[in-house]
This record gives sequence, C-alpha cells and structure tokens, in this order.
Amino acid sequence: MGKHVLLIEDEPNIIEAIRFILARDGWLVHTHSNGASALDALQRHRPDVVILDVMLPDRSGYDILADLRGGRGPAAGLEGLPVLMLTARGQSKERETALRLGADVFMTKPFSNAEMRDAVRLLYERRADAAR
Amino acid sequence: MARSIPVGARLRARRLDLEMTQAELARRLEISPSYLNLIEHDRRRIGGKLLARAADALGTDVASLSRGAAQGLVEALRLAAGMQRGDGREGEPASAGDHERAGPAGARALGGAELEAAEDFASRYPGWAGLVAAQDRRIAALERTAELLSDRLTHDPYLSAAIHDVLSAVTAIRSTAAILADEPDISTEWRTRFHRNLHDDSRRLAEGSQGLVDYLEGEGEAENAGAAPQQELEDWLSGRDYHIEELEPGAGPIEEDRLAARIGALASAREGFVTGAGRALGARWMHRYAADASALPLAPLRASLQAHGGDPGRIAQSLAAPLPLVLRRLACLPEGLAGRPAGLVICDGTGAMILRRPVAGFSVPRFGAACPLWPLYQVLLEPSGAMLRVIEQAGRMPQRFTAYAASQVRRTEGFGGPLVAEAVMLVLPAERGGKDEGAADAPGAIRAGTNCRICPREDCAARREASILGTGGPAA
Repeated sequence: MGKHVLLIEDEPNIIEAIRFILARDGWLVHTHSNGASALDALQRHRPDVVILDVMLPDRSGYDILADLRGGRGPAAGLEGLPVLMLTARGQSKERETALRLGADVFMTKPFSNAEMRDAVRLLYERRADAAR
Repeated sequence: MARSIPVGARLRARRLDLEMTQAELARRLEISPSYLNLIEHDRRRIGGKLLARAADALGTDVASLSRGAAQGLVEALRLAAGMQRGDGREGEPASAGDHERAGPAGARALGGAELEAAEDFASRYPGWAGLVAAQDRRIAALERTAELLSDRLTHDPYLSAAIHDVLSAVTAIRSTAAILADEPDISTEWRTRFHRNLHDDSRRLAEGSQGLVDYLEGEGEAENAGAAPQQELEDWLSGRDYHIEELEPGAGPIEEDRLAARIGALASAREGFVTGAGRALGARWMHRYAADASALPLAPLRASLQAHGGDPGRIAQSLAAPLPLVLRRLACLPEGLAGRPAGLVICDGTGAMILRRPVAGFSVPRFGAACPLWPLYQVLLEPSGAMLRVIEQAGRMPQRFTAYAASQVRRTEGFGGPLVAEAVMLVLPAERGGKDEGAADAPGAIRAGTNCRICPREDCAARREASILGTGGPAA
C-alpha cells in the first residue's frame, strides 16, 4: 500500500500543482474541496499525511483541525494524523493559532514545491518512526 | 509650570559646556572675571552689546541666551517624556510595571525631576532636543498609520478577500511555473494543462492586483472610486462640515416634491458621490437630515442652546424634542457647538457604525467594533436611555472628551414587528481645567480607547483581543 496524502484545498490550480509534484515523489494524492464534509473524507481515506487549507468553503480549516485533534464523533480515530496547515495569511497570530490547535507544520502561501515536498516527507517519516 | 532659567545661569552653563574658563570669557568680553561671576550668578544684568558679544564668544545666539530654548520645543519635550508611560497618567510616579510596559524600544517614563530639566536640556542642546521632539512627532504619526492599517487589515472584508485571492493566484503560479521549469520529462498533455493554468492564474493575478491597487489608491484620495459607500458619504459630509444648508427649512417647511428634487440634485452633483451605492446612501442620509431639520429647526435650537449653555438634556427638555434628535442636530450646527468642533457617532443595535464624524483626538474605527466602554454602547443596554460621561481616550496623548449618548428603539412593520435600536453619541473635546458646560455633574471619567487592537490599557475588563502595541491583552 502506497504513501497516502489527503489534500483539503479549494483552489483547483493549486490542487493540480500539489497533486502533480507529490505524485512524482510516489504519493497517492486524494483531494477534497469542501470544509463541511472534510472529516467524512478523512474517515474515508485515512491518509498518512493531511494537507489542510485554512480558508475553505463552508468551514474553516482551524475548526476542522480542532475536531480532528479532539478525536470524537465524526473525528474518532483521526486525532493522531499529521497535519500540514496551509494559509494565505502569514501573521504570527495565525501561526500560533494553528500550532495551538495541533498543526504539525504551518506553511504560508506562496510556498515553494521543494518546501511542500520536504514537509510532507518529514511528516510521513516522523509518523513512521513513531509507529516503530 | 516650566522652570525659567535666568540668563546668567544659561551663560554659565554654555561656558562650562565649552570648557572655557571664566577668566578666558571675561578676557574676550573685555570685562573683569569678578564682574562676569556676578553676571553668571544673576547678580548683575546683562543685555545689549555685551550680551551679543557673549553669545558670539560662546558660539550661540542672543535669543538662546536671553530667552532660552523656544517654549514650543520645551513643551514638545515634556510631551514626549510624558507619553512614554503609554497610558499617559500624568503626575503619577513611574512604577516598575510602567517601565516594563513602556514598549519594545525600552523607553521609560520620566519622573518629575527629569521633566523639570526639559528647559535646561533644550537650552543646552537645542539640536538634540529638536531631534527628540521630531522623533516623538514621527512616532505619533506612525502609530496613527499603524492604527489605520491594523483596522483595515483586520476588519475590511473586501481587502481581506482580495489579498487572499491574489496570494492564491501567486501560489498556483509559483508552483506551476516551478514544475514547468524543474521537471524536464512532463508529458505534452500535462505541459499543455499547466500552461493553460498559468495563463488563467496570471490573468486572475493581474485583475486581482489591479483591483487591489485601485482600491488602495482610492483610499488615499478624497474622491475614491473604490471606497465603501459609507466613506463616500462621510467624505461628502466632511466637505460641508456635516451641515446641509439646502435641506434646512428656513422660513417654512420644504414641500415634499421640492425636497426630493433638492436631494436628487445634491446626490447626483458631479463633485459629489462617485458610486451608485454612495449616492443611494447619501440620499438616504439627506432625507433623514431633512426630517431632523424639519422637526428641530435651527432658530429654536440656537435659542435654546444659548439659554441652556450647551446642555443637550436641557435643550431636549425645553423643546420637547427627543434627545437623539437633539444630539444629531447639535453635531451638525454650521458654527460648531459653543465654538468647539463636535464629533458624532451613530450605531445600530449590533454596534455597527452608521455614521461617524471624528473629532481631533477621538478616532472612530471605520471597520469593526469600537471600544465597548464608550457610552454609545453602554446606552444601548438601556432602551431610550441617556448617558453623560467624560471619556479619557488612551493613546500617546490621552485626551478627555465629554460624551452625551442616547438610544432609541423603534418598532417596525407595525404592532408585533421587530424592534430596531440605534444609539447616538455627541463627542466634545473637554475644555482645559475640566470646566465643561453641561458636564459638571458627570461621574468619573471612563478610561476608554478606540478599539482593543490599538489600546494600551491592559487592565481593561472589556478587552476582546491583544493590542498590537504590545502592552496588554489576554495570553495567546
């Protein structure tokens, strides 16, 4: 079974670019564009790494992250997933909020492809190490 | 009061600064050292040609020796020293806590003895003193800019969405371009798709950037096409000092048709509103103004104002007029209120601003909520309530204002329809010495701010969020 990323993002061309670069590194990339049903998608896919945008239609990425870390109800069993938060707002307050809610990595748009590749690989390896 | 330094002491201080002996200066002035000693201790007067020669010998000018530094410079230094406290509590000794709160630059509050030395400092080192004063003015201007930008970045929904769109387009372009540049073996299908994406995103970026530039440039101009309709209205009203003479009834009421025509002409004038939304909002305010003017014409308002010394409560009582109406009318008097500029803030039941007329020293946020301690909001808690308070606005230069606030609740859509609340606040700069007509019975001053993000008062029970001034707020 391959390494699996779920990208929760609503900008189609950003989705396409991230999907392309990660697929080249051997990742299986699923995407989801809606905030309200993001937890359902996470339950369905159970990815190794989650890339989560903050500004999504219907629901904020922060709220999704808080539910995910809570691990209750529709988020049951998701609390340990590594999460990379993406945002167009790079203020320190945003970073603090993301990290306080339990994001593993906080990345500001625009990012470089190398940054994205490295961050996703790091999260995967960290999780794999913890599982050993 | 500023301590006045005698001319002899100034002369002596200047000589010592230059490390010149008394004997040397006496020789240059062609007087005896003992006589110079008497002058330096102000036991003999000095003036005329001798003072001019002394100034020349000491490399300064007569004015510096005879009058000391310009009083304006001394006042500027005192202001700069006093404002380092952050909360502007004059006359209180600086505590360790004050020092810690004094800001990232490590500036500390200056105590009484150091403040007393301001004139001495300005006399001895006018260049440095001027620099301190200029930097203090610069800091004040930058803080004001930060206040405005913070307000906009936080609360302007258009700006926030526009920046997000631009950054999203930039992100997509950067990633896609990097793929095309760094990945040599892309299939033709993918290459074509990425080229198309680049084209779409670059166009989106160009349009988004242009829109953003138009919006921001418009903000800096009096007539801005990109501004919110409310700003258009406030700009238009500001150009008239918030008084619309054409809508005052004068000798008699204005017929409905003529009133509509006048408002239509005012709203569509070339030099007036820019957007349709601005014109519509302007017309709505003009109708309201005309109704206010009809209900409370200028002549009886002025007569009552003269009789009751500017107390809106008594004016309202004498004219049997609703207090909110009186406050709105007083704020729009062409001559000001007792010669003072009047500020006006109107909000609805949600606290959203309907109209702002700022007055110097009393900023009103354009977006988002203001300070919850303002009587404007307090009075909303009390339907048809009225409130008189002195407000001390926090800032580099805390100023006191007398605020009269009143609320009103209207039932709309007939019996059983929803209630619509509105509050009005008239703001007057408090007169020096605290003698403010109509405010004599005001309770203690409310220590308030503009909004939490730019308010330094960390001990405020109503604080919603941390201040960007780094002086308070809940822990993140």
